[in-house]
Amino acid sequence: MSFFGLDCIKKKERELERKLRANDREYNRSFKYATNAIKTSKYNFFTFLPLNLFEQFQRIANAYFLFLLVLQVIPQISSLSWFTTVVPLILVLSVTAAKDATDDINRHRSDNHVNNRKAHVLIDRKLRNEKWMDVQVGDIIKLENNQFVTADLLLLSSSEPLNLVYIETAELDGETNLKVRQALTVTGDLGDNVEKLADFSGEVCCEPPNNRLDRFTGTLTVAGQKYPLDNEKILLRGCTLRNTEWCFGLVLFGGPETKLMQNCGKSTFKRTSIDRLMNVLVLCIFGFLAFMCTILAIGNWFWETNEGSQFTVFLPRQEGIDTGFSAFLTFWSYVIILNTVVPISLYVSVEIIRLGNSFYIDWDRKMYYNRNDTPAEARTTTLNEELGQIKYVFSDKTGTLTQNIMTFNKCSINGKSYGDVYDYTGQRLEITEKTERVDFSFNPLADPRFVFHDHSLVEAVKLENPEVQLFFRLLALCHTVMAEEKTEGELHYQAQSPDEGALVTAARNFGFVFRSRTPDSVSIVEMGQQCSYELLAILDFNNVRKRMSVIVRSPDGKLSLYCKGADTIIYERLHQSCSKLMDVTTEHLNEFAGEGLRTLALAYKDLDEGYFNEWKQRHHEASTTLEDREYKLDELYEEIEKDLLLLGATAIEDKLQDGVPQTIEQLSKADIKVWVLTGDKQETAENIGYSCNLLREEMNEIFIIAGNSPEDVREELRNARTSMKPDSAETVFLPERSLVNGVQALTDEEVNGEYGLVINGHSLAYALEHSMELEFLRTACMCKAVICCRVTPLQKAQVVELVKKYKNAVTLAIGDGANDVSMIKVAHIGVGISGQEGMQAVLSSDFSFAQFRFLQRLLLVHGRWSYLRMCKFLRYFFYKNFTFTFVHFWYAFFCGFSAQTVYDEWFITLYNLVYTALPVLGMSLFDQDVNDVWSFQHPQLYVPGQLNLYFSKKSFFKCALHSCYSSLVLFFIPYAAMHDTVRNDGKDVADYQSFALLTQTCLLFAVTIQLGLEMSYWTAVNTFFILGSLAMYFVVTFTMYSNGMFLVLPAAFPFIGTARNSLNQSNVWLTIFLTSTLCVLPVVTYRFLLIQLSPTINDKVMFKVRQARATPPPPPQRRRIRRTSSRRSGYAFSHAQGYGDLVTSGRFLRRPAVSRSTGFPGMGRTTSGFSPMGRSAGYSPTERPLNSKVPHVEVTSLQMYRTIRDPAL
Amino acid sequence: MVKAKAKPGPLARRPDNSAFKQQRLPAWSPMLTAHTVLPFFYILALICLLLGVWLLLTVQSTQEMKLFYTEAKTCAECFEKRENVSLAAEECRCTVTFLIEKAFKGDVFFYYGLKNFHQNLRRYMDSRDDGQMVGRKSNLKNPSLYCSPFSQDQNGLPVAPCGAVANSIFNDSFTFTYHKSASQNIPVPLLRNGITWYTDKNIKFRNPRMGNLTLDQVFEGTTHPPYWQKPVNELDPDDPTNNGFINDDLIVWMREAAFPNFKKLYGVLCRDNKPFTKGLPAGNYSIEITYNFPAQRFQGRKQVVLTTLTWFGGQNHFLPIAYLVTSGLVLLTAVVLTVVWFKFGKGGQNMVE
Repeated sequence: MSFFGLDCIKKKERELERKLRANDREYNRSFKYATNAIKTSKYNFFTFLPLNLFEQFQRIANAYFLFLLVLQVIPQISSLSWFTTVVPLILVLSVTAAKDATDDINRHRSDNHVNNRKAHVLIDRKLRNEKWMDVQVGDIIKLENNQFVTADLLLLSSSEPLNLVYIETAELDGETNLKVRQALTVTGDLGDNVEKLADFSGEVCCEPPNNRLDRFTGTLTVAGQKYPLDNEKILLRGCTLRNTEWCFGLVLFGGPETKLMQNCGKSTFKRTSIDRLMNVLVLCIFGFLAFMCTILAIGNWFWETNEGSQFTVFLPRQEGIDTGFSAFLTFWSYVIILNTVVPISLYVSVEIIRLGNSFYIDWDRKMYYNRNDTPAEARTTTLNEELGQIKYVFSDKTGTLTQNIMTFNKCSINGKSYGDVYDYTGQRLEITEKTERVDFSFNPLADPRFVFHDHSLVEAVKLENPEVQLFFRLLALCHTVMAEEKTEGELHYQAQSPDEGALVTAARNFGFVFRSRTPDSVSIVEMGQQCSYELLAILDFNNVRKRMSVIVRSPDGKLSLYCKGADTIIYERLHQSCSKLMDVTTEHLNEFAGEGLRTLALAYKDLDEGYFNEWKQRHHEASTTLEDREYKLDELYEEIEKDLLLLGATAIEDKLQDGVPQTIEQLSKADIKVWVLTGDKQETAENIGYSCNLLREEMNEIFIIAGNSPEDVREELRNARTSMKPDSAETVFLPERSLVNGVQALTDEEVNGEYGLVINGHSLAYALEHSMELEFLRTACMCKAVICCRVTPLQKAQVVELVKKYKNAVTLAIGDGANDVSMIKVAHIGVGISGQEGMQAVLSSDFSFAQFRFLQRLLLVHGRWSYLRMCKFLRYFFYKNFTFTFVHFWYAFFCGFSAQTVYDEWFITLYNLVYTALPVLGMSLFDQDVNDVWSFQHPQLYVPGQLNLYFSKKSFFKCALHSCYSSLVLFFIPYAAMHDTVRNDGKDVADYQSFALLTQTCLLFAVTIQLGLEMSYWTAVNTFFILGSLAMYFVVTFTMYSNGMFLVLPAAFPFIGTARNSLNQSNVWLTIFLTSTLCVLPVVTYRFLLIQLSPTINDKVMFKVRQARATPPPPPQRRRIRRTSSRRSGYAFSHAQGYGDLVTSGRFLRRPAVSRSTGFPGMGRTTSGFSPMGRSAGYSPTERPLNSKVPHVEVTSLQMYRTIRDPAL
Repeated sequence: MVKAKAKPGPLARRPDNSAFKQQRLPAWSPMLTAHTVLPFFYILALICLLLGVWLLLTVQSTQEMKLFYTEAKTCAECFEKRENVSLAAEECRCTVTFLIEKAFKGDVFFYYGLKNFHQNLRRYMDSRDDGQMVGRKSNLKNPSLYCSPFSQDQNGLPVAPCGAVANSIFNDSFTFTYHKSASQNIPVPLLRNGITWYTDKNIKFRNPRMGNLTLDQVFEGTTHPPYWQKPVNELDPDDPTNNGFINDDLIVWMREAAFPNFKKLYGVLCRDNKPFTKGLPAGNYSIEITYNFPAQRFQGRKQVVLTTLTWFGGQNHFLPIAYLVTSGLVLLTAVVLTVVWFKFGKGGQNMVE
């Protein structure tokens, strides 16, 4: 944002270090730090006009027209009256100015709103209510619960124990889980004692303002003692205080210097490829214009030399103008006349079309998600047509493809599989919304949102089947979930991973309710009976172990070890007695895995008291040694987790968002390559890849790149390529990179068959290295699907960047979390899923909607249409303007190259603005080749967009040729028909004015008919626009040529009577008919021949549509994709280290029930205690996110606006 | 962009289900199919053919005769004379004779034509003041700057009518005679008014409001264009409705031609008296020309044109021929398209994916 830029310049020297003293305004003022007032608006009442005009004239098109205007003022040059340029220019300028003004008014409003918020500031030893904008650096501020943080503050003290405060940072980084900040003890002791606070005179010395949200360095000096400050003690503007009654903070940065503001307005301006092409074309057109004018100027020189010199008797030369100078003037005169090849209205119309198409996205009900009342939103209105050209889609997994919700779907207990529903004939039934659910009313503690369909499992529990009971007991005991019970019977679980939560909830519903835990006990309600198990040890999960166990003593004193883990791991540790059960369970596991479910095997073992005591002793020793502790513990765990007895297996569905497999299938049919970039582990990612149809069983091969050294990775990539395309791999063809930024574009390589590629984070790091990136890209681009696992946000962006750099293709990144922001910003189009993880991704995205499946509608319908419309618009627009202009060129050869126009000046003024504006706008807002249903039916329709088929340099050239032909017809037919003729009463009709009227009428008919040919979707509006514009032409013409207008301003309306006197002539109309016929004839012939000889995919589909018009098109198939697969599924565990430590240490449970007092229904409270890294662990068995935003949180003004100015325009 | 609407309820932000917003407006989507294109082409060919034939027959019924007189016979002398500016005021007359073999039936129109005279140069066309010619008094005394250098004479008197167009008015005059026999010369009567557009004569050109003043008084204080021999108010002293700015010849000239070769109406045959009641009878004719207009100045030629008219104007061979050619082209295309369609597209065989 330029405002801040200006500020920086004003400051003579850059701030290197910030020094301030608490409660000392005098001292702090000497540094001239910014106050807390923010200003995002650009203009005020007086500066609006000059500044806005200045800005607008920085755009090439506007500046060009200003230049023309200047030319027109010079009488020797002026070939057109001033109004031909001024009227369109004023119109364009005022439309833009109006838009800028409303934007700025809104910004003013929100600035005022924010600046006038109240804060408690400690001034003169008293707390005063001050406006935000009056807060200064060095002030001490009191914040209360649920208030916005006023400025960047150093936390001094808080109401909570240990000087903790909880903040929500959703507006900064998009994460909705609460974070904890802790004040220094030395300041925390100040408490809320105003006297003490007023006496506080600590000095802070810290880094200058910057935009890094995650880092802060500085020192606090209190009474000569220095204390280091880091990010943990800082409250940033934009956060919200939660669960904390009050806190005090010292203002470090205010207003524009806060990190929030420093982060604003950095969004890079994205341009579409059509934009870039258009710029090139406009330059070409300028060149062409100069060329034409040069020819005409030379013509003028010849004419003046040979004929003009004689004609001076009738038309004396102006003083000091000889033939050479006259040619020079003619050049500029023709620049004015032929300026319509670069029409000013082009840019305005393009903006209008894009805006209109963006509104369609906002308005689309089929992209509206009613569960959380979220419509799709086009946040950028300048990229629409690019949506029709996407070649690569980069997708995040969690929250984008999946809902990040796990449901307990099936299980296998003691060799019996539960979860499927069969009808009375034994046929397995499809589970739908309507399938009868199991009634859990017998269990008052059941979670009402839990859904299960197989009644036999409940029966088994009720019948007290021991294995089933043991199964659920294990699930209720073996986990690290925290329970919170606000009111009796209303349990909330805090799980480290959604998988765990799902398992514990399942146990809860089946009568084994985990109720609460202490560091050394777990209490559960078993079929209505309260029992407490002594928790002796948690053998926690980690990535190598892939299992977790607990050792508990049951109420009747029995010692048991319960274990759950990846099936392969558990199977290695089973007692040989369960080999039979293993076989059956394996079968079930395969079946579950085939359905894409995440599985865990469960096992248990009873322990001998003596052995356990001895083991515990060793465990204690091992956990206190300093060296090799991990290893020793692992050894111990390994020792006790053996000879387990298999109990069964669980199957959890990592619920995909609705319609994800169908969407991916559609996208792949549209030849869009989907790359999944996920932070997940390889197994999980692969698993999801299968379940969402990205990887398919019928693919020839799936390559897995998991090398540990650059050489390995290179080798694996090469091998993959060899097997995909045996003949090419030997030739090392890597394109030579030239030193200048001209990087060659990689072309797509043909491969035989379909392949998939999975690459893990390690290998990806190597693959993205400079020397290998091309190798990687080549291989990856040959595959249908690519999955990158364990990628960091930065790598996500790098991958997108890589494709952007070497592939001449349009990319789209879609994601929902803060970790996707980088790739969303880098990609040509960024799409944010406005879902569960805050709004950071949405805020930096260009389009946002609630569900991944809307992507297909965005691309295949909106994108395709937008692209089609934009291309049609451009082709037609250039056609109509070229045709218009070229006629002048031909006329020059008959009027002595004197820069005489063919048309009436009013026609020139109004041609683009009135006569042809609406019809072409109508076409570009309403046109559709086939409707949305058919677009879905034939995703191949999308391919022409990727190949730039509708508008390219070639089609532009064709347009120009077509215009050339049309203009020849439009000039020479009227010429031949008129030059020697008279009216039917013998009077003149070959005069200039009649000829001008005739030509312009012919032109208007020709371009209107041409538009009719372009249009494939005639709505009533289009028809009205077209007929209306023609009618308008006649109305305006007759008005302009009327007696009244002439008598008011004879000089401006000299065409009086022309319309009446020539449009009543039959030969005029015969000429109009002839020119129209001749203009249309070749177009229709050419198109018809094309359709017959080489029909495009569009023609084919449109043909089908016509054929099927009698019968409505079949509804899109919604078949469920079911695979029979032998693949072993990923196991259901998240991949971070478990919470075992926290649980047993008891730290986690320090403040058990206080939370109720704040009245804030926060599960965040408990989470914040240990502040888990990464994704929030909120778990909900239904789709409703518990972490959803607190409704009264407003969006800060800054984030509502992303004003991007295109510097080139 | 979506503003939160005031609608309450769980579906508050749901977009409206209107056909417009959902892009489901009912529409007609035409396509270029054989069933529409081929009949269209054949019908078009037929229409063009019929029009062409009709026009051709009509044109055949007209008669036209063109006579270049720039240097013809005795006019060569005058041509030489006009080259010399010093002799401009000297009168020069010449006569051309010609034979009409077939009688001109009906109304006969008499035109003068100029070749290579650029009335369509931008500066030439701009060099006039419509305000002056519509009788604005202020413009009469202060002609527009566009008229320069023909806006004021050396003495600073305003020129009326000002500008290059008016100054260069075609000033040859013609006397048309029918030589019925060697001795009987009958002057051919030409109607010299009613040759302008109604709007020009009655709206676009007006003499300044006179009140009680005579035309001469109105134009007092102005001077005639330098090339003119007499002031504007003496163009036709006999007929006040044809004098001053509303003089028919002036108006005709002021309607600038679009192309360098043009003809302008000079008069219409008056058919009131014999032997011209049915038009121009066949026979010998002569035209005596008062040769004033200097043709060599623009390397052009001058002609007189006699023609009869039809319902679609003068003799114009272009339109009928163009229609016939177009008809042929369309027919040819139609046949080719039919063949192509029959071979490739019939029954949608080319549409198979």
